[in-house]
Formats: sequence, structure tokens, C-alpha cells
Amino acid sequence: MSSETHADPTAGDTEPILTVENLQTAFYTDRETIRAVDSISFDVKRGETVGIVGESGSGKSVTARSIMGLIDSPGRIMPGSSIKFQGQELTELSDAEYRSVRGSGIGMVFQDPQQSLNPVYTVGNQIRESLKINRGITGEEAVEEATDLLEAVGIPDAKRRLDEYPHQFSGGMRQRAVIAMMLACDPDFLICDEPTTALDVTIQAQILDLLKDLQEERNLSILFITHDMGVIADIADRVNVMYAGQIVEQAPVEELFANPKHPYTRALIDSIPGEHSRKEGLETIEGEVPTPNEPADHCRFAPRCPKAFDACENVPPQHVSVSDEHDHTAACLLYPEDLTESHRVEKHLSLANDDTEGDT
Amino acid sequence: MSKTTSRPQSAAQGDEVLVDVTDLKKFYGGEGFFAGPPVKAVNGVDFTIKRGETLGLVGESGCGKSTLGRTLLQLETPTEGSITFDGTDVTTLSGSDLKEWRRNAQMVFQDPESSLNDRMTVGEIIREPLDAHDWKTKQERRERVLDLLSAVGLRDEHYFRYPHQFSGGQRQRVGIARALALEPEFLVLDEPVSALDVSVQAKIISLLEDLQEEFNLTYLFIAHDLSVVRHICDRVAVMYLGKIMELGETEELFQDPSNPYTKSLISAIPRPDPTDTTRRITLPGTPPSPRDAPEGCPFATRCPAKIRPEEYTHLDEDVWDGIERFREVIRERSRMDLGVTGLARRGVGRFSRFDDLEEAVSDLFEGVDVPEEVRVHIEQAVEYAKKGYPSKAREYLYEEFSSVCDREKPKFYETSGTARYSYCHRHANEYEDVDPVISRRTSDE
Repeated sequence: MSSETHADPTAGDTEPILTVENLQTAFYTDRETIRAVDSISFDVKRGETVGIVGESGSGKSVTARSIMGLIDSPGRIMPGSSIKFQGQELTELSDAEYRSVRGSGIGMVFQDPQQSLNPVYTVGNQIRESLKINRGITGEEAVEEATDLLEAVGIPDAKRRLDEYPHQFSGGMRQRAVIAMMLACDPDFLICDEPTTALDVTIQAQILDLLKDLQEERNLSILFITHDMGVIADIADRVNVMYAGQIVEQAPVEELFANPKHPYTRALIDSIPGEHSRKEGLETIEGEVPTPNEPADHCRFAPRCPKAFDACENVPPQHVSVSDEHDHTAACLLYPEDLTESHRVEKHLSLANDDTEGDT
Repeated sequence: MSKTTSRPQSAAQGDEVLVDVTDLKKFYGGEGFFAGPPVKAVNGVDFTIKRGETLGLVGESGCGKSTLGRTLLQLETPTEGSITFDGTDVTTLSGSDLKEWRRNAQMVFQDPESSLNDRMTVGEIIREPLDAHDWKTKQERRERVLDLLSAVGLRDEHYFRYPHQFSGGQRQRVGIARALALEPEFLVLDEPVSALDVSVQAKIISLLEDLQEEFNLTYLFIAHDLSVVRHICDRVAVMYLGKIMELGETEELFQDPSNPYTKSLISAIPRPDPTDTTRRITLPGTPPSPRDAPEGCPFATRCPAKIRPEEYTHLDEDVWDGIERFREVIRERSRMDLGVTGLARRGVGRFSRFDDLEEAVSDLFEGVDVPEEVRVHIEQAVEYAKKGYPSKAREYLYEEFSSVCDREKPKFYETSGTARYSYCHRHANEYEDVDPVISRRTSDE
């Protein structure tokens, strides 16, 4: 049940449903500009699950909100950013146009189901509202459809549950109800922002199984955001590791856990307690995640990196391939490994210059 | 395997026991003539904690682990049972004796956002317990606070800062320093790292380990995150619905859990290894309400290894699962308040609120071939419920389909030589053991 559901290798050839390129989202405050998401690029193919993993403050949720068009002032998506969904450029849409994408194209499940549900309406009411707005289904038919949806997300005794209020649902049930509301829009693409973080492990297991089943049944593409490496290992096909607004490593999930290349990814995997017993001790990363308020002209992990050298302070690392067999890249001056240190620095510098020229 | 006991004993006899809990119960409500049944948050637990050890207490939210921790420190008054701390029964303490004892036992809370007063400087926060207990002179208190700051890895200049100027990890350090101020012997750590990021978590855990060694502390470590518990605890107690289901040495318990609940819980932890192919046991449903806990084993409603009544052992898993889920549906309906109109309609035989039950049944048994012997009972129960008597339906199903797991409380069975105890009927000689049942089930899927 755990790993065999990963998409088959042939899925890699299909067209991406979502392509994010050079996405920059910044928040302007009186004192400083926070580059919460700083030039990230990734894609999601049809029917696959792509994970974004990182600590709090790494920009995972801002990425999700940027895709959904939910960035409010003082935040702004910078010019030059591109989010393409099914070939359509989202950054140029008006509010009204965005609403139609949110309705039928992209659904989003948030961390706290309590906040996604309106406490004064019954669950059935909210699902029916979603059906009415997005698919124009009303009346008896809507009740039928809502019952089917609740059953599809594994809520027993669905018909009675429709008449209950969110507070009468347990945490796991509420998250199921939110997923049912999303499915009511019949989306092709689901963004899950820490959907299991507020839940107990046994309930988390149920929700992860549910998402996998739904993906299989409806050929959904999922962007799954979490801080939990265990959950990522369980659900994702490909993973992006984020740190301080940037993606530092991209790889298929098995490759990432077998051969983590970026020092940050390694440190993150080593600081997971439990798998090794207490005798072995626990690796820790010194220092704190920095606030990305300066332009990215250096490696943001350098101050905490055990392998940092002088150039890390003033050369912005670029994504380079770190594996011959897999689609695996890392943004670190330690790679490509076969070059000498000065050659590596030169390579990253020239890549960085190409990029800026491309932008202007 | 069949050695039973009413209460688990501590492992090695030589070690000194610091905390000894006997048949501790904490109920809320249920008093007075018109009150409903009480919420049985902690429903009779027994355990001991040795001096210098870390006992982990794990369980899902609502299982009563925090209530247990708070009751241990006399932040809640126990309904029944005794807590012996270093030879004294603390449940009988009051007034100045209780205050004096509290120096010895302190607590670190989960949420460093809300457990620190935002209007006090960090120095004042850490000094507060010293002030409250009139510890030495003002100058010495100040010195003590500075010592504590450095002990938890903060700097002197942090003394005059306010909590909002700190990150989550630093705030939790302040909470730990405050708990240590009066040199306690025993700390209850209530989810101390749950609100923190992994890399910060690792630092706080290392800090707690260092402090334990330095000050010879005894910990009760409450958490829902099993991997953290595995890392820091010597022994672990697994709680479910107010009961301890299994208790034993950490590594052994994680490697080879005995109790079906522990097995399910451990198998549900997502492992940071994408190549891992071990089958996960996904439990159905949610824990029952602690107001309406099962009469027998608390885990009976969700247990993957539940013992079946003799006459139904031949049924397919699917049919049996359907029956269990149907019983859950009926249980939930029997908890519903029918209201005055409902009761009135029932009185004149026109009750219709539960007419949708048949749909629920057909959904539950969709694609399953239900044998006649089962069908008649299900239909009878649906009949009762539709007439407005869900409790009668519930009792009818109980009579028909209940097994020893529903009816009788299990005993603690010692399941290994190293003082491991598991609360499950399956360990009795007359029943098949847990392992074969669970592996049969998971391979069927």
C-alpha cells in the first residue's frame, strides 16, 4: 500500500499539467522586501504527485498560494514569473478569470479543515453550494451527488452526515469533507498544503490512502506540500526541497532518499528522529532558517552548511544535474562533482549570468 | 505468554521507583441527578517511573494522555486512585504541603506561543517560580536565572527581551528554563517539540537529554509523534481511550509490538524511505467518544485483530467488516438526540428520520455477498432503528454479534521477559495470537 502506487515510469513522458517557471513572489514591507519565493521552477505531470518539502518559512505555502492566485498586498508576484496551467498563463488572468480556474481546474486543501469550512452551514449545504456554482447541479440531484462524494471520501452513513455541522465531525472527517468539497468542482489538479499535519497518525494514514485512491480513480495531479519527510516518502513521485524561498534540490523520490546531494537535504534527512535509536545521537543543523530579504547573490544555506567554502558567500548556486540516470538536480557549488572547485564556481557563475541576461 | 496481572510491574527490581501510579481515574462531569454519563478521560491506569528514566506516553489526540500528565502534577484532582511520589501519596496533599511538593515536579507545555506571558521579559518569566516560592535573596535569584539561561543555551542579554522577539525553539527553551528554576526532580513534558520544525526539534531533544544527565531528571514525555518518543524514551506506554494498551522497553516495543493497537499505530508512521514496502494497517473510523466507551476492550470498535464470536468465525473478512461498520453507524445514531418532535413522532409510530438507513446499509455492503444468517439480523436492526429505537437496534446487534472483546475487559498479559505488558484478549491461551491474524488480514487486501 505504501510505495507501489507511485506512478509508472511511462508517466514521465506525458505533458506537464502545471509548469512553474522563475516564480518570484515578494512581500513589500516598510523596512524590507521579503523574497518569500525566489525564482523557483518546477512542473507537475498529469496523474503524478509532486512534493514540496521544507521547514516553516521556506516558502512552501506561498508557492501554493501563488499558483492559486491568492497573494494579497503587500505581496506581489514579480514580472517575469510564469505559471502555466494546461497551457494557460495564470499570472495574467483577471480575478474573474482566475475564479473559473480555481473552480474547475485547481482545487486546494488547506492544513486546518476547521478554517476551510463554514461553521454555520451544514456540510451538505457547503458541498451543494460548490456543486451549484461550479457545475450547476441543484436540487435532488445535488443531494444525490453530495452523498456520493461523501461516500467517495470514505465517510460512512453519508446521507445523515450531510445534515450535520462541521463541529459534529472529527478532525479526520472534516478533512475528508473538505476533500469532498474540492472533488465537487471536479478538478484536474489538487494542491494539498499540509493536509495531514493537524491529524493523528492513524487518521493521517487514512487520508494519504484516500488521496492515492482518488488519484488513481480520477487521474488527478497532486502538488503535495509538507514538512514531514516520512509523508513525502510515502506519497510523492518527485520531490522539490525548498529552503529560504528557493528550491535547492529536485529529484524522483527514491533517488532523493537514496542519494541526497544538497547538504541541506542530507541534514534534513539526518535530523529525523526515530529511525535510528537514541544511542546514535541526533544530527542537528546549527542556526535558524534565514528570512530571505536580500537578493539571491549567494547560497542562503552557506552560514549553516558544514561544507561551505569562501565562494558560497558570493556566488549564487544554480541547478546542475547530479545524476547520470535520473532527473536529479541540486543548486550547490559542490556540484558537478567531477570538476575542480574553481571550475565549478566558474560554471555556476556563467549559468547565473545566462539567467539574468535571459530575463532582461 | 499467558502470565497475567492486574497491574504492570516495573522492570528491574533494583531500580528505585520515583513515581508510582495505581488505578488512576479522572472523570469529568457525570455528577448530579440529570447529568449524562461522565467523560472518562483517564480510566484506570497503572505504571511506575524509575528515578532518572524517561517514560514516554503516546496516543492519539483525545486518548487522555495530557489529562494523565496534568493529574500526575495535581493540576487536576483525580477521581480515584493514588499517585505515590518518592514514598508520599500526593493525592492527599493540600495547602502548603502541596506547594512545597510542587517544587519537585514541574511541567513544560506544548505551545510556546501561549505558555509564556507576552508582557513579561524572559528574565521575569524564568524568575517567577523563584519569586512564588520565596527562593533565597533577590540577588541570588538573578544569578540563578542567568545560570538557567546558559543551561538551556540562551545568552545573558536575552534576560531583558520579550517572548515575541524569540523564535519557537528559543521560546521552548525559555519554558524549559522556567520549569527547571526550582531544581525539580520530575518533569512532565507535554508535547514539548510538537509545534517545532524537525531541525529545531532535534536541538530541543538534544537539550532535554543533556539536561537530564546534568541534573539527574526524571521525565514523563507525552507525545503523539512516535519517532520522537522512540528517540528519547527508555520505556513507552501506549494509551487509547483512557487506558494503557501496552507498556514496555522502547526499542523492543517498536521492533516487535504485541498489542494490535500498538501495531497499527507504529505501522501508520510514514517512514522516510520510499522503497519501504511493509504493508500499512489502516484503521477504520475514529476512536469512540470517551463518554460512551466500549464496555470491554476500548479498542474493540476498530481492532484489526478483534476476536469474532464462535458462530461467525467462518464469515468473509468483507462481511465481518461490514457488520462492524454497520454497528458503528447504529452506535452513532443511538447517541443522537431525537428531540421532542422525534419522540412524539415515535410515540405515534410515524418516526421517519432514520429512513435513510437502508441506503447506508447498501453502501456498507456494496459488492459483498451477505449470507442469509447475517442479513436477517441486519434487517431486524434496521427495522428497530427506523421505528425510532436505535438503542434497541444497538443492543440487538450487541447480543447477536458481540464477542469477548466487546463484553469483557482484557487483562494485562506479560508478553516478553523484559516486563512488557499488553492489554488484549488475544494473548490468552485459548485464542489465536495477534500476529498471524494481522498478517492474514494485511495480505488479503
